[in-house]
Amino acid sequence: MKTTKDTTTAGHGGGDVRLTGISKTYGSFTAVHPLDLTVPEGSFFALLGASGCGKTTTLRMIAGLEEPTAGTVHLGDQDVTALPPYKRPVNTVFQSYALFPHLDIFENVAFGLRRRGIKSVKKQVDEMLELVQLGEQARKKPHQLSGGQQQRVAVARALINHPRVLLLDEPLGALDLKLRRQMQLELKRIQTEVGITFVHVTHDQEEAMTMADTVAVMNGGRVEQLGSPTDLYENPRTTFVANFLGTSNFIEAEVDSTSGDEVVLKAGGGKLVLPAARTSAPTTTGGKVLVGVRPEKISLTHADDAGEIPEGRNRITGRIADSSFIGVSTQFVVDSPVCSDFEVYVQNIDRDARLVPGAEVVLHWNPAHTFGLDAAQSLLAGTVGSAGVETAEEEVA
Amino acid sequence: MATVTEAPPLAPAPGTKPPRRRGRWTPYLLLLPGLLWLLVFFALPVIYQASTSVQTGSLEEGYEVTWHFATYWDALSEYWPQFVRSVLYAASATVLCLLLGYPLAYLIAFRAGRWRNLIMILVIAPFFTSFLIRTLAWKTILADGGPVVGALDALHVLDVTAWLGWTAGDRVLATPLAVVCGLTYNFLPFMILPLYTSLERIDPRLHEAANDLYARPSTTFRKVTFPLSMPGVVSGTLLTFIPATGDYINADLLGSTDTRMVGNVIQSQFLRILDYPTAAALSFILMAAILFMVTFYIRRSGTEDLV
Repeated sequence: MKTTKDTTTAGHGGGDVRLTGISKTYGSFTAVHPLDLTVPEGSFFALLGASGCGKTTTLRMIAGLEEPTAGTVHLGDQDVTALPPYKRPVNTVFQSYALFPHLDIFENVAFGLRRRGIKSVKKQVDEMLELVQLGEQARKKPHQLSGGQQQRVAVARALINHPRVLLLDEPLGALDLKLRRQMQLELKRIQTEVGITFVHVTHDQEEAMTMADTVAVMNGGRVEQLGSPTDLYENPRTTFVANFLGTSNFIEAEVDSTSGDEVVLKAGGGKLVLPAARTSAPTTTGGKVLVGVRPEKISLTHADDAGEIPEGRNRITGRIADSSFIGVSTQFVVDSPVCSDFEVYVQNIDRDARLVPGAEVVLHWNPAHTFGLDAAQSLLAGTVGSAGVETAEEEVA
Repeated sequence: MATVTEAPPLAPAPGTKPPRRRGRWTPYLLLLPGLLWLLVFFALPVIYQASTSVQTGSLEEGYEVTWHFATYWDALSEYWPQFVRSVLYAASATVLCLLLGYPLAYLIAFRAGRWRNLIMILVIAPFFTSFLIRTLAWKTILADGGPVVGALDALHVLDVTAWLGWTAGDRVLATPLAVVCGLTYNFLPFMILPLYTSLERIDPRLHEAANDLYARPSTTFRKVTFPLSMPGVVSGTLLTFIPATGDYINADLLGSTDTRMVGNVIQSQFLRILDYPTAAALSFILMAAILFMVTFYIRRSGTEDLV
């Protein structure tokens, strides 16, 4: 989703942000492994990852607050690697906002303009404060504002300079959930309005998916996968991405045969079909593949009605281990021979009263919703609180 | 729709009284020792001195209150040069303390890293010896023909300072420069500590934010760091200037009769000449003068505006 560029607000002219072979090491600790990344002009780009994955370091290298150990940073055609932060046409919204406590809101917002020797700032500052809906607060000091208001001042203070890129370092982390949702929409609106490239660092996958056009998932100082939120969600290429964005079920399977654009797999005596285009693993006959499927793609049918399931669907038998009713849907945990904790989310449209813990069921889904991954990786990578995320951190720590 | 049933109110357990406001007198009780101390050792002496300053008489015949305010005028007209000199020396020492102390406090607050505690200890270390001994040590350091004076002489610094009237001939001891040096040295920690405290409170991310908003390091210092350290600058200068104005040890040990400060006059009036009314009047004039200057200074620096 590219927004049309407003030439009156983006005074600098354009260009992509290009990171080439950029890396950062602190002593023996590698925060960011050599990384190539291109952020298209005018896009809302998110760097997503758990804490310690190198996303903030990457952002700070674009800002110039951190000097890369190797590699270059380009803004359009200009190599800015050697430029100090105060010479880069880039502005940052800091996680802690870092508003100047001795200056009022007006002067905080005017700071960047004044440093560049612009004399008549009144009109611009007033307009910017209107954009973030803080016109009334101009003469207050930062500590007199609420967290959400301070956050908007931080955005206004950066945006007023019409940077080529606006960098946001977990800007919503300190806000409560409701305000965070509201600010996500607000930031998205502002981005669409001004058309400036936003690079947003966050550990909240939902935040990244709602706001960004493109998401780069980082893990252990590397970009694990890059793509649109839908692409990342539907076609994860690693278990880390599959688990970090939403929830995934995995079945270890063996390649039985390959026919055209379909791969037929054997798993626990049954057969599963996987579209060849949706697997990132080699599919040689006899090779192992991890079959993944999202919990909401799966239908649950009681074993007595197994005959009613249409032909051509992937199916697995199991027994319901647990179920929790959460309003819009019911979340089941199904114990099956191929996977012990199969998660299934069923919309509460027609509830089958027989689907209670202990019931024998058949899980079935459209083969098109299946994705395949390389079997040589941890199933738990990227799950919240799992060894996967922690191992990733230990590797870099 | 089910009818909303109200949660049963939490009934107070029978027999319990509302909690007594036990802590009501605690703050006043806590204030009491300090207030008593101030009453006995500050308020009473001040009243006593105030009464002394308007007494007349002599040591042999005894003094009595005659509301003789002329003592004030006489003291001021006789000793105004010492007053002016005190303010001048104290102000010079304060400026020197600020110039020497600010970079050091800045270094400790932002750059020292693991050396921070060590440097802090070094700043405070002089307090482990007595004020008098430290000042006497400077007498040795600045001794005639000593290495310091020799070096200054060889570098022709003494020619310049002599021309400015800060030193006399090839001597440093017994000159205004020596007194100001002594004052600066003795009060430097009182400048560094409050400066450090206020600098240390500044979030280093504010520097990054300023950098990010096109402020080069020097501008960042002028527009962010220094304004935010103003509370430290004000308290540091006050903690240096006020005691330095009334100090007499430095002028006594490092100076000469030409560098007498008002503290020396008060001291000799009290302890040698035993002219108590004049000594008391001088003390009150000094107090009033400092109070006036400090009020003006605090108004000007506008620190009440800072968080």
